[in-house]
Order: sequence, then C-alpha cells, then structure tokens
Amino acid sequence: MEEYKILSATAILGYGFPRKSFEEGLKRNPHAIAVDAGSTDPGPYYLGAGISFTDKEAVKRDLEFMISAGLERNIPVIIGTAGGSGAKPHVDWCRKIIEEIAQEYNQSYWLAIIYSDFDKQTVVDGLRTGRISPLGPAPELTAEIIQNATRIVGQMGYEPFIKAIEGGAQVILAGRAYDPAVFAAPAIHAGFDRGLAIHLGKILECASICAVPGSGSDCIMGYIGKDYFRVEPLNPIRKCTTISVSAHTLYEKTNPYFLPGPGGHLDLTQTEFIQETENSVRVRGTRYIPAEKFTIKLEGATLIGFRTVSIAGARDPVMISHIDRIIEGVRERVSDNFADKQLKYDLNFILYGKNGVMGKLEPVKQTQSHELGIVIEAVSDSQEHSDTICAFARSTMLHFGYEGRRATAGNLAFPYSPSDFHAGEVYAFSIYHLIEVDSPLLPFTTEFVRIGEGG
Amino acid sequence: MKINLIDVANVIRSKNSGPYELTLDIMFNNREIFEEVCASKQINEAKVCDLYQINPEDIVNIVEFIPANAIKITIKRPICSGDIGETDVYGAQQHAPLLNLKLDL
Repeated sequence: MEEYKILSATAILGYGFPRKSFEEGLKRNPHAIAVDAGSTDPGPYYLGAGISFTDKEAVKRDLEFMISAGLERNIPVIIGTAGGSGAKPHVDWCRKIIEEIAQEYNQSYWLAIIYSDFDKQTVVDGLRTGRISPLGPAPELTAEIIQNATRIVGQMGYEPFIKAIEGGAQVILAGRAYDPAVFAAPAIHAGFDRGLAIHLGKILECASICAVPGSGSDCIMGYIGKDYFRVEPLNPIRKCTTISVSAHTLYEKTNPYFLPGPGGHLDLTQTEFIQETENSVRVRGTRYIPAEKFTIKLEGATLIGFRTVSIAGARDPVMISHIDRIIEGVRERVSDNFADKQLKYDLNFILYGKNGVMGKLEPVKQTQSHELGIVIEAVSDSQEHSDTICAFARSTMLHFGYEGRRATAGNLAFPYSPSDFHAGEVYAFSIYHLIEVDSPLLPFTTEFVRIGEGG
Repeated sequence: MKINLIDVANVIRSKNSGPYELTLDIMFNNREIFEEVCASKQINEAKVCDLYQINPEDIVNIVEFIPANAIKITIKRPICSGDIGETDVYGAQQHAPLLNLKLDL
C-alpha cells in the first residue's frame, strides 16, 4: 500500500461533526475511521464516579454515522477512552449505546472490547517492587493511596488495538488509551512507520482543532506514506497551515520537541512541516524512540467527600472593600460554632471580581470591580455535614457586622431560592504515575463479542 | 521600542498539560518578530515568576518551538486539577496576565 488513509470524525466522541464533512471523508475512501472519546481535562469526578462527561444522545449520534459507514465499507471503526475516562463503567456505558445502534440499524458484527482497569494489588505490587514513579510533579505513591482509589486505569498504547484488528474486530471499543493510539494502530498494522503514525495520531485526535478556523466538532483526514504524513480538512471553510498543524503539537503538552507516550517518546527535533496545497500540510522527520523499560501511565481517582455550594453576589462598596476581613470573620464563627462537634470540613470562598479565576496566581491584588460574585463551598465527609457548614457560613456572611457597615439588613444578594445546592460526591486525582510492565498487551484484557446476533 | 505582546502574538492561551501542570502558549504573528523576541530573552523565568507570583522552582520549562513561531511556558499548577480550592479545572483562563505584557525590543 502506498498511502494509508484515516478519517478522524471529531475531537471527542459526542462533540459532533457536520454530515457533509463526514461524507467528504468517506469519498476519500478511508482505510479506518477512528475517534478519541476521552480526556482528563474535565477533572477527577468523571473517572471517580464512573460517569461520562459527554452526553449519551450526542455519542449515539456520532457512532451511528461512524459504525454504519465502517460496516458498509468493511473498514475498522476504532474508539479510544470510551465514556471519557475509559474505566469499566465508561466502557460498558458506551457498549450499551453500540448495542442499541446495532438493534435499531439491524447490524451484526464482531466487536472487540479492551478493558484498561488495573486492580489495586497489581499497583501495590508494582510499588513494592519499585516499578512505579510519579509523572511530573505528582506526589510519591503509597499503598494507602492505592487502596483508597475508587478506580484505576492504565493508558494503553497501540499494541492492544493491533491485536484486536488481527482478531477480526470490525468495531473496537477501548478503555483508557493514549489519544493517538486509535489512529496510529491501523497505520502501524498496515506497515507504516511508528513515529510518523503516532505523530499523525496526535494531530488527528483533536480533529479540526489543527486547522484554521479551528473546531473540535468537525472531521479531518489523515494520510500516511513511507516517509511522511499529510493532514487535510474536509470542510471548505477550514485550512491546515504549517502554523496551525505545528501549533497543535504544542497543545496540552509540556515540551513539543519531546512527546512521551506508552513505551517510548516522539522526537520532533528533526520534524519538518511543509505547506503542500493551499489547505493541506505534509510532515516528515518525526522519530519514535523506544524507552528502555516499557511504562504505562496510571490514572486513579478517590472519593474525598461531598460538596454543598451557595451562590451570592455583593454590590455594597463598603462591604467589598472589607471582603477579606469579612471572610476571615465568617471562618472563625463557623469554626467556633461547631468546635464541639469536631466536624472535618473544607470551607472556601470563590470571589469573582477579585481572584475567582486565578486564585493564588492572580497578580492583581486590589479588586477594581463594583460588584463581586461569591461562591461559598463546603466539602465534608457527608452531604449533611457539608449542608451544615455551607448553610451556617452563608447565614453568618449574610448578617456579618463589619466596620463602616451601613446596610444592616443583609450583605448578600442571592439569585436563587433555595440558595444552597448539593454538588454531590467530590473526587480527587490520587494516582498519576508510570508503571513498568513486562508487555504492552498483558495489563489489558480483550473480549470479542458478537453484536446484533439474533437481535 | 516598547511593544505590547498582544500586538505581536495572535495566539496567547493556557491549558492543563496533565492534572499537575499548566502550560501557556504564545504564538507570534511571524518568524521575524518571534526571532526578535527570542533573541531579546525577555520572556524568561524572572518575568514568568513576576507575572504569576511563583518561584523559579515552580517553572517546569520555557521552550521556543520554531515550527509554530511559539514560546511555550509550563508551570506547576498551584494544586492538582479538581482538588479542593480549584478555580479553573481545565486551566483555560490562566493566560490573562500575558495579555498585559510589554516587551522592550
């Protein structure tokens, strides 16, 4: 094969794409259709709670197009990091959607499901044998942190996908996967260079974000040849330029010349970006450097409590000028009032108009705003305790006396009744570490399932 | 000559790079101005520390990426994304101080 062609449907499964762009992609006779469905960006809640940050109907809509086209053309459809975080509940959620589609469209085919969950004992053993190291600024792991994790997933590379393709899967549904792997795997399987395939995957995984104007909800086409790859937008309003494509290499990465992934890293020091046509870019020179030891990235989240929030505003200039002292006073009252109860809680005040967005990083120390938005947040070991702290902080702040106060009827404007809201379970990322593995395949289990038979 | 960064860079953005790091991208309008800014070394550790009220050990790296006419600054997040006290889970609004940056070229 001279050139292998991959259709990337959208930046994240469920973000959508114009039907016309998808059809343009199909006209180019792709050899595979792939999509990345996940991200850690929406925070630890989704991994911990086992819930997708994308909506079911939107995911179903995208998959209807992709699976129907894949089956019709007998080309693989590959989904990575199902359900946003890729743990078993996320994968099973997406599998249900796939089964619904099969029933409605009368489809029958082989589905490969690749799970990425790590059991705690494996991680504890890894820690004991010195096979775990923190990633970047993550803290050192302990056995206790591992035991307390609600869920742990490992980020698979391209290898399990190749195994699923070789097994005859027409649709591959994977748990947590390195974002480029779903695009790189079929190209590597077809015999193309690993470094180029992974770099292409890195660009395709965010679909049209690498074009101008950029979009996270539009298709893009990738082509890989012997010593190059190309990217081309499928919507006539977009162009890929050397700047837009190389700029995407920066996106959400620490160092664009050195991009680590499962089992090795991409070296971009020799990479060239060439404007091929008015709207497509050719890339060459990217190299894959295998690591001495094969490592997999682990992600884990742990339940740390329950949250209640209250939303209010302040418009009184005297109050605004005293806001720091008022908050200090409210904290003291809350602490003193429940001193005998020994409640364990965190109480935070987010002040929009002061430093609500940047917190500690905010260089502007003195607010110039005529009004403040205030979020009072309590996190404790039960929803009831968080309710108690939040409600007490809210009522204390409402009637708090401060120096120079004229407005003796109340300090806060509440947009809603009730003023306090349950935000439910609170999770934190607790594991963000590398684990050495003996094989890129072993930690991941693959099941082949006949879909739609007898349905 | 004093210039405003916002006048010579058409992309100035921030985002998480994993849950423990925040990365800031500055993409310049053209190669000439990019090279001029790089040569001036005015986007440096001291400037970043000053803009973000952080210490040099909180800076992961500052990289000049030639293909995109870009300078990339990565810093440690004050807390891990989504931990208690979070204000910007995605880290998408931490670029603002760069918009006021002035350079002497």
